[in-house]
Amino acid sequence: MIALGQFLEVLIGGLMSGVLYSLVALGFVLIFKASGVFNYAQGAMVLLAGLALVRALDLLVANGLPLWVAVILAIGFAAVIMAATAWLIERFVIGPLVNQDGLTLFMSTIGVTFVIEGAAEMIFGSDVYPLRLFPTDAWFLFEGLFPGGILVNKLDVWGALIAGVLVAGLAVFFQRTKTGRALRAVADDHLAAHSIGIPISWIWFVVWLVAGLVALVAATVWGTKLGVQFSITFLALKALPVLIIGGLTSIPGAIVGGLIVGAGEKLAEVYLGPSIGGGIEYWFAYVLALAVLLLRPQGLFGERIIERV
Amino acid sequence: MLYREAGQFKATYAEDMAIFPIRQDRIALAVLLGIAFIGVPLLATFRIWPFGTDYLLWAILLPFLILALAAIGTNILVGYCGQISLGSGAFMAIGAYSAYKLATGVHIPLAWLGFAIAIPPLPVLASILLGGFMAAGAGILFGIPSLRIKGLYLAVATLAAQFFFDWAFLRLPWFTNYAPSGSVNAPELDFFGMVVRSPVERYLLCLAVVTVMAVLAKNLVRGNLGRQWMAIRDMDIAAELIGIRPLYAKLTAFAVSSFIIGVAGALWAFVYLGSWEPLAFSIDRSLELLFMVIIGGLGSIMGSFIGAAFILIVPIMLNVIPTKLGLPLSTQTITHLQFIIFGSLICYLLIKEPHGFARLISIGKEKLRLWPFPY
Repeated sequence: MIALGQFLEVLIGGLMSGVLYSLVALGFVLIFKASGVFNYAQGAMVLLAGLALVRALDLLVANGLPLWVAVILAIGFAAVIMAATAWLIERFVIGPLVNQDGLTLFMSTIGVTFVIEGAAEMIFGSDVYPLRLFPTDAWFLFEGLFPGGILVNKLDVWGALIAGVLVAGLAVFFQRTKTGRALRAVADDHLAAHSIGIPISWIWFVVWLVAGLVALVAATVWGTKLGVQFSITFLALKALPVLIIGGLTSIPGAIVGGLIVGAGEKLAEVYLGPSIGGGIEYWFAYVLALAVLLLRPQGLFGERIIERV
Repeated sequence: MLYREAGQFKATYAEDMAIFPIRQDRIALAVLLGIAFIGVPLLATFRIWPFGTDYLLWAILLPFLILALAAIGTNILVGYCGQISLGSGAFMAIGAYSAYKLATGVHIPLAWLGFAIAIPPLPVLASILLGGFMAAGAGILFGIPSLRIKGLYLAVATLAAQFFFDWAFLRLPWFTNYAPSGSVNAPELDFFGMVVRSPVERYLLCLAVVTVMAVLAKNLVRGNLGRQWMAIRDMDIAAELIGIRPLYAKLTAFAVSSFIIGVAGALWAFVYLGSWEPLAFSIDRSLELLFMVIIGGLGSIMGSFIGAAFILIVPIMLNVIPTKLGLPLSTQTITHLQFIIFGSLICYLLIKEPHGFARLISIGKEKLRLWPFPY
């Protein structure tokens, strides 16, 4: 029973942290679907959103505002910052680079990453800022069933809830609203969408804005978990295998991929790690992604790639 | 007026297919090589400006040469064969650590078989080249997915190589000969009794290797193999239909590219760093190499050199200029400003000339042909 209890605990912990990877991966998928840009800057956007949020919050609380007002104002401020970033990126980088090939666009987002990282840290500071929006203590479940129970972090549960709400919200946005439909049209074929009168640059701005807001949500959860700090940008790299496993164009894929990566790497770390030297969390997700790609080159949920000469 | 090929008649096919068909190009290259092989060492030996200190040799020319070599390797894979790789840093690391293991002697105890594989320490040159071959082997292994995966999916797949080898060299003490700190020291650079120590000697060594490799690479991409790579890059299905084997073409590209990158990695570790940690070959290095290739120009050997120079020198300039101007900025602000300026420069260059410096040069050549007339 101890072994099973431990297994469940590791599995649940892994699934929950997988949800957090999914939050970052979602931003990637949104942008890739709508503009074909593989957005390396998503991690930097999470950092920027987190820094804007936590610094505004600290300032407002220090000025004596009640906490709930401060939280709302700070989230509003961070959202405005993300909107400005989205506009700047669309106007000055992605817009001029329209019709370039994927590699050039990808490299330009690395350039954007440098700019965002530098600017965010210059404006908002470069220390570790603790963020306390969600409870971080733990529950112990099934204490009668397993000795010691199963430890579940409350923050992880919050993260899962938020991710669920976010995905539902995005689904409604994409399926029911006029802008959402226009987004899907652009994702399908941007020239055809352009020719029936959908304003492409406005749509791209909306996409980057939505990705920025998803980054803000990810920042609230990750910021509570780790504190808002520079190392959050490395999450972007962890989100890549999540994307690949789920498929670059699928929102449910981002969630499922996140769950697989999260659970897989925690289980591998606990059960395989000791025998080959530990720290395999570092590369396990990538090797898993490689294995999935060999079986299904478009990822689990990606659209089938049909090639013609 | 100066750059005009009028009057240079090609009488044979060999002349027509020559590597530098225009006389002015040959003269320019000869002058460049003369400066690099004779001028720079002479100036450095007698410490004439700008070689008064070793700074220029050590901090700029040496890393430039080695990174340009690595960029050539990356360019063969990304620029000529169209397979995006984010694992170049890992292949540099494989070259470096294999060369290190071979130069210090390999001992693999196979306890369950009752014997051990033992290779005595090899000469430095042999271990550097063998390091390249080890990298080529790893390149072929991690190139196999490219037969099924394309584009950015492949890029992420190559990240697996990057993170796996980062981890392996950090966590498996066998690779570092059980060094407690995890960092290793290069052996003495002994070439057939000639010991390379001073910066000038190191520079000449790297220059010789880079020149030989660049000539080989240039001829490879002009020949049969290079044309196969380019056909695969331009449209792999069409290439397959005209009889090019994707398996052979892609894996040779991975092998050749990783070999060059591996040799560059071994040189980087042995000649430039001297002692190093796995951090020297992290994902940042891979991205840096990719930047060099894209800014320099995909599918251009010369572009690799220009890209390497640009990516290497711009951060140094950004570092030096504020101090020279005496701006009252904290070091932290300067670091952040560097990030911002470097990132914007990259975006600007990509927008202005997505085909890189190589394209600018070919435009310049066309203009120069007509100069001083507009047509």
